[in-house]
Amino acid sequence: MSDNSTSNQLGTNRVKRGLAEMLKGGVIMDVVTADQAKIAEDAGAVAVMALERVPADIRAQGGVARMSDPDLIDGIIAAVSIPVMAKARIGHFVEAQVLQALKVDYIDESEVLSPADYVNHIDKWNFDVPFVCGATNLGEALRRITEGAAMIRSKGEAGTGDVSEATKHIRTIRGEIAALAGKSKDELYVAAKELQAPYDLVAEVAAAGKLPVVLFTAGGVATPADAALMMQLGADGVFVGSGIFKSGNPAQRAAAIVKATTFFDDAQIIAEASRGLGEAMVGINVSDLAAPHRLADRGW
Amino acid sequence: MAGSSAPVGVLALQGDFREHIAVLRGLGADAIPVRRPTELSEVSGLIIPGGESSVMDKLSRMFGLAEPLKAAIASGLPVWGTCAGLIMLADRVLDAIDGQESFGGLDIAVRRNAFGSQLDSFETELDIPVVGEPSLHAVFIRAPVVESVGVGVTTLASLHDGRVVAVEQGNLLGTSFHPEMTGDTRFHEYFLGKVAAAA
Repeated sequence: MSDNSTSNQLGTNRVKRGLAEMLKGGVIMDVVTADQAKIAEDAGAVAVMALERVPADIRAQGGVARMSDPDLIDGIIAAVSIPVMAKARIGHFVEAQVLQALKVDYIDESEVLSPADYVNHIDKWNFDVPFVCGATNLGEALRRITEGAAMIRSKGEAGTGDVSEATKHIRTIRGEIAALAGKSKDELYVAAKELQAPYDLVAEVAAAGKLPVVLFTAGGVATPADAALMMQLGADGVFVGSGIFKSGNPAQRAAAIVKATTFFDDAQIIAEASRGLGEAMVGINVSDLAAPHRLADRGW
Repeated sequence: MAGSSAPVGVLALQGDFREHIAVLRGLGADAIPVRRPTELSEVSGLIIPGGESSVMDKLSRMFGLAEPLKAAIASGLPVWGTCAGLIMLADRVLDAIDGQESFGGLDIAVRRNAFGSQLDSFETELDIPVVGEPSLHAVFIRAPVVESVGVGVTTLASLHDGRVVAVEQGNLLGTSFHPEMTGDTRFHEYFLGKVAAAA
C-alpha cells in the first residue's frame, strides 16, 4: 500500500471515490476498439469503458459475455489519456484481479456481462483499483457501497436505446434518498431493515441527502435530450453504451451528448446539439423484452 | 471576500465544481458556477476545478469562454486551477491529446497524468509555507506535475522527491492536488485573500 516515497497512501477510499468526483458532469462512453476510444476522447468523453461487445450486440448475439481480452484493454489504454474503465462479471473476483493487473482506472462489476456468481458480489475492499456498480434502487446501491463500490450507476436497461428504465432507476434512488430525510432515528432503523443495508450507511445518507459516492446513470441513453433528462433528474453524469457506436454518426453524436450533459438545463443548447445527428441506434422497447432478457435484474 | 463585492466564480463545464463552490460559500464568499461568457464577466476571481482537462478545453472553446477567459487572465483576474485546472493554466502542456489547448498564463510546463494510472493516485502531507503550519493533507488523483517553471513563477510546494505540485505567478495559482476534497480550507482562504487584494 505504499511506494518508495515517504508516507504516500495509495488505494484509499478518498482517492477511489475522488476519481469519480472528477468525472462528474461528464459522459463515459462504451468502446470496443482503440479507434473507437480515440473517437470518444476526441469527442469529449470524460472516460471510456472498454468492453468486447457493446450491450446491444451482447443482446443480439447472446451467449456468455465475459471480461475483454487483455490485448484489447492494453490497446485502449495506450490509445487514450483519459481514464479507462473495464467490465468484470458480477462476483468474478479473478477477472477483477486481472483488470487491476492491467492497470485499468476503474472496474465496472457489471450486469451487462453474464454473472459469475448468483449469490455474492466481489469484495471490492480487497482492491486498490476503484469499482463502479449498478443499482436499480437505494438498497442495492447501499449494499454495493458496503462491499466497497466507490461509484454507483443506476442500471437502466443496457443495449436497448430505451431510456425508460434509466429514468425509473434514477427516480427510484433519488426518491428513496429524499424519503429518508424526514425520518427520525427510530424510523431509520426500520428503513435500514427494509433497504437491507447497514444502519450507519442509511443514517449517513439520510443526514447528507445524497449517496456518499458519485451517482451516474446508464442503460438506454441514446440522444442529447436523454442525457440532459438524466442530469435534470439528478444524475452526476452519464454512461452511454451502445447509443454512440450503434448510431449513424458516432463522433458527432458523442460530441452532442457531451454538450447536452454540461448544459443540461439549457433547452436552446440541447436543441442545437440535437440537430442533424443522423440515425440514432435502432433500439428495443424494454416492454417488448421478456423478463429473462432484462439485464437490470442481474445483481441483487 | 467583502460582502458587497463581485462573486467568485468556479468554472462549471465539468468536474468537481460543486465542491469548490461549497467550500467558498462555507467561508462566507459569494460563489457562482461559470459556464458562459456573461457569467465570467461578473466574477472577481475564478477557480478552475478538478476534472478532465481535454473536456474543459473543448467545451470552453465551443461555447466561447476560452477567449474571454484568456483576456481576463491577461488583465489580472485572480485564477486558481486545481489538477485539471492547473493544466488549463499552464502555458505548456505535456502529454496532451491531439489539438488540446490551455488558457495559459502560468509560465510553466505541466505533464498530464504524471504519476501513472489511478492505481498510482495517492494522499500525502505537504509543507506549504504560504498557508502555514501544520502540513496540508493533499489528495492527488491521476494528477499532473509541474515539470519546469519560468523565472516569474514561485514554487509553493514540492513532493519529497522534489517534484513541483503548487505554483504561483502574479494573480494565478495552480495546484496538482485537490484542497476542495479534504475539508482543510486554508488554500481557499489564501486564494480569497488574493481576490480581495486584486479588487
